Amino acid sequence: MILRRLIGFNLLSAVVLGIVGFYVGWWLGNLDTSSNLAYFADTGQNDVALFTAYLTCILGFLTGLGFLKYPINRMLGKPASLREKETSGSSRYFGLCTDHKVVGLQYLIGIGVFVAIGGINAMLIRIELLNPTAETISANNYLTIVGLHGTLMMGMMTSGILGPFANYLVPIMIGARRMAFPRIEALTFWLLMLAGVLLMTTLSYGGFPTGWTGYAPLNIEANMGIDSYLVFFVLVGVSMCLLGLNMLATVITMRAPGLTWGKLPIFVWGVVATSVLMLLAAPVLFSTLIMVALDRTAQTSFFNTQLGGSSYLYENLFWIFGHPEVYILALPGMGIVLEIIVVFSRKPLWGYRLAVAGMLGIALMSWLVWQHHLFVSGINADLRPFYMLSTELVSLPTGFIFVCALGTLWRGRIRLEVPMLFALGWLFNFLIGGLSGVFLSDVPSDVTTHGSFFSMAHFHYTIMGGLLFSFFAAIYFWVPKMTGYAINQRWAKVHFWVMFIAFNSTFGPLLVIGFLGMPRRTVTYAGYLQGANTWVSISAFVLGASMLVFIANFVWSLVFARVPAGSNPWGSKSIEWQLPSPVPVENFAELPTLDGDPYPYGDANDATPVTSAQIGPPA
Amino acid sequence: MRQHHHAWRIAGLTIVGTAIALPLVLFVLGPNMPPGNSSEGASAQVRDNTVLLVVLTPFTVFILAYLAYAIAAFRLADGDATQDGPGIRGHMPSQIAWLAATTAAVLFLAAFGTVELYASNGAGGGSGSDPIARPSGKVFQVQVIGQQWEFTYRYPSYGGVETAELVLPVNQEIEFHVTSLDVTHSFWAYELGVKADANPGVDNLAFVTATKTGSFQIRCAELCGLWHGYMFDTGRVVDSATFATWIATQQQQFADIKKYLPPYAPTYSPDPPARAG
Repeated sequence: MILRRLIGFNLLSAVVLGIVGFYVGWWLGNLDTSSNLAYFADTGQNDVALFTAYLTCILGFLTGLGFLKYPINRMLGKPASLREKETSGSSRYFGLCTDHKVVGLQYLIGIGVFVAIGGINAMLIRIELLNPTAETISANNYLTIVGLHGTLMMGMMTSGILGPFANYLVPIMIGARRMAFPRIEALTFWLLMLAGVLLMTTLSYGGFPTGWTGYAPLNIEANMGIDSYLVFFVLVGVSMCLLGLNMLATVITMRAPGLTWGKLPIFVWGVVATSVLMLLAAPVLFSTLIMVALDRTAQTSFFNTQLGGSSYLYENLFWIFGHPEVYILALPGMGIVLEIIVVFSRKPLWGYRLAVAGMLGIALMSWLVWQHHLFVSGINADLRPFYMLSTELVSLPTGFIFVCALGTLWRGRIRLEVPMLFALGWLFNFLIGGLSGVFLSDVPSDVTTHGSFFSMAHFHYTIMGGLLFSFFAAIYFWVPKMTGYAINQRWAKVHFWVMFIAFNSTFGPLLVIGFLGMPRRTVTYAGYLQGANTWVSISAFVLGASMLVFIANFVWSLVFARVPAGSNPWGSKSIEWQLPSPVPVENFAELPTLDGDPYPYGDANDATPVTSAQIGPPA
Repeated sequence: MRQHHHAWRIAGLTIVGTAIALPLVLFVLGPNMPPGNSSEGASAQVRDNTVLLVVLTPFTVFILAYLAYAIAAFRLADGDATQDGPGIRGHMPSQIAWLAATTAAVLFLAAFGTVELYASNGAGGGSGSDPIARPSGKVFQVQVIGQQWEFTYRYPSYGGVETAELVLPVNQEIEFHVTSLDVTHSFWAYELGVKADANPGVDNLAFVTATKTGSFQIRCAELCGLWHGYMFDTGRVVDSATFATWIATQQQQFADIKKYLPPYAPTYSPDPPARAG
């Protein structure tokens, strides 16, 4: 039985076939280009071979996991295997599994690992910046570390909420048993993990010097290490696009009877808004990066100015993806924060329609602002007032979310449990993020802050202070539901306070350092910034230490202590909390009717959205 | 009736907080905002930053006061955790007031920023090759050429002399022409409040009038490869007599190497175009 597990379609065979595929592709690619030695003889690099190797590696990996089994069996007229639908056993977590709850947990751990690697990169950056010149880390390695940090964090945390929490919770919240496309759901996870591993292989090819934005024409002249970056983001883009598609299809088609759009939990609205952006923005990303790959291999010149291309074209395309991307990062966090404030204020969501309008408004506005990343680039200079206006207009829908959060707190019965602490921390951090964003949106002010540590600190306030705080809020809030085990609250509070204080102590001064003239991504800085940088580095190390507290507490609580969480530790009235913890395989004994209020707090009849008779565990 | 007390207290906190914060912002923080007053563009930025701070202060104070008050006043110490708060689902007057206040602030900031942008000829930012907002009078042209990993400068009004150091005459409207020979760089003269991307094949203009003599930092602000972190320099603003002496020396030194350089042009293209290592 164990042997059968090992030789079947699982992670092990996927890794073996992936490695075999890589070398087969490498050989094929060299075979293809060996007749044209002049192409790479002068540079010692062969991008064609590397891209072929990555392609065959991806194919081998997916074959090994068993993604081809279903379509091939069905094409041959054979019955589909039910192995991927297994309902128990920990081996489900190491292979293709179509249970949305397994995929959610896979995502949580998988993304967690890569975010930890990204965090280690951040620590290395701050170690180097203890000195105003490159001393601990060489200039080349520094750029690779900066690039890996940015690329990993952006690529992985794009699915940081939708991957673990939306996959797990959206089917439950809408009263369904699964996602619309369960195999695609599994595919998005495994593509993301493979992408992360392939990005790491950049270290074998000299790293890449472009940061996460990969500007042209630097991305064309860079050495082979950038091919890993391109393949990573293409895979992430495909994964994002499919994830968004799957979420939209699920929410549109699989809602329980009675669950009209006006009764969706606000988290699901956040997921819907995010999914629209994912579905529409990700294709821009991966087609742009495939164009870069063609520039590097097939000698096209989309972005090579000296051969008739345009570096502006790359900047435009990248930010047409890139700005919706930052709202892809922010929107699901807003949904989480509102859900959590509701539960810990024991009040209905204040201004439900306003919150939905805010989310959809942000999703719409995010398409109209991208050239604020190019205010000093010289592109369309006379359109700058328009982009200034559109960028500042984004603060209106964002303000809706804020006022809904504040209104929900109004005369609530506020409990400062750990998820609530993180939600309130989100409010504070995102406020600073938004305020600093106003300076960047104002063209005269942006001239100085553009490309400086100010803009870096600004987006860390919105992404780390926003997304990551909501990510932790969601972990402390829902992981007891997902695993059935409680997380130690005392250490969770230690984690929050250390993280909150160290975060602000790190990025607050970085706002100032940026204003004082320190550009991003430089391994050197002016001597007068030494003191401030030392302070920031030490704060960053404390911030890193708070993550260790989290990891230790998380592992201890879930693996060793294993205190049962109970089905509803927070006293929430949302539907997922009316189910047992962890949620049974089929979610519901019979599909519920969800025609009640999603937030039935403070009402006379004290109703929950469904009656407990309807949502017991499967018989 | 009780909720009115809460509302008045939050309003009071906001008013008191704003009354304390605004003078500090207006008279202490604002005038000292970077990048200082070494040029007209830089002064315009300081003015902008001050106005932004002033507009943002009441909102910030309100949200922080509200959060602090809500946590302090509505926190459930030892009460029954399963009992609900009031079932309030919204309050149209507050929603409309919030929308009106934020919309007014945003429209004001956008209008102010636009006026300021045009009044200061782009406030020192890269404005492309043919911007509407440009000085009406006579300008002194200086070309900035970015390449991996240094900036060089050419002065077209002095026969296209190319220098390794940037020296500018004081109180003269400078028209920077920023371009690149290889990848995208960004020319950032911090104290002058100038930042303009150097794109290959693009002539990116930025306008500045330095109002004080002295030195200023120059950094590359766009990731441009291996030695990006070392692509920095120090420029000088000098009076016109010093500038005349300096440029004469440069022209003398330049005479010998002039024949090896391409003639002055808005952009340059290496020949033959090749894939770099």
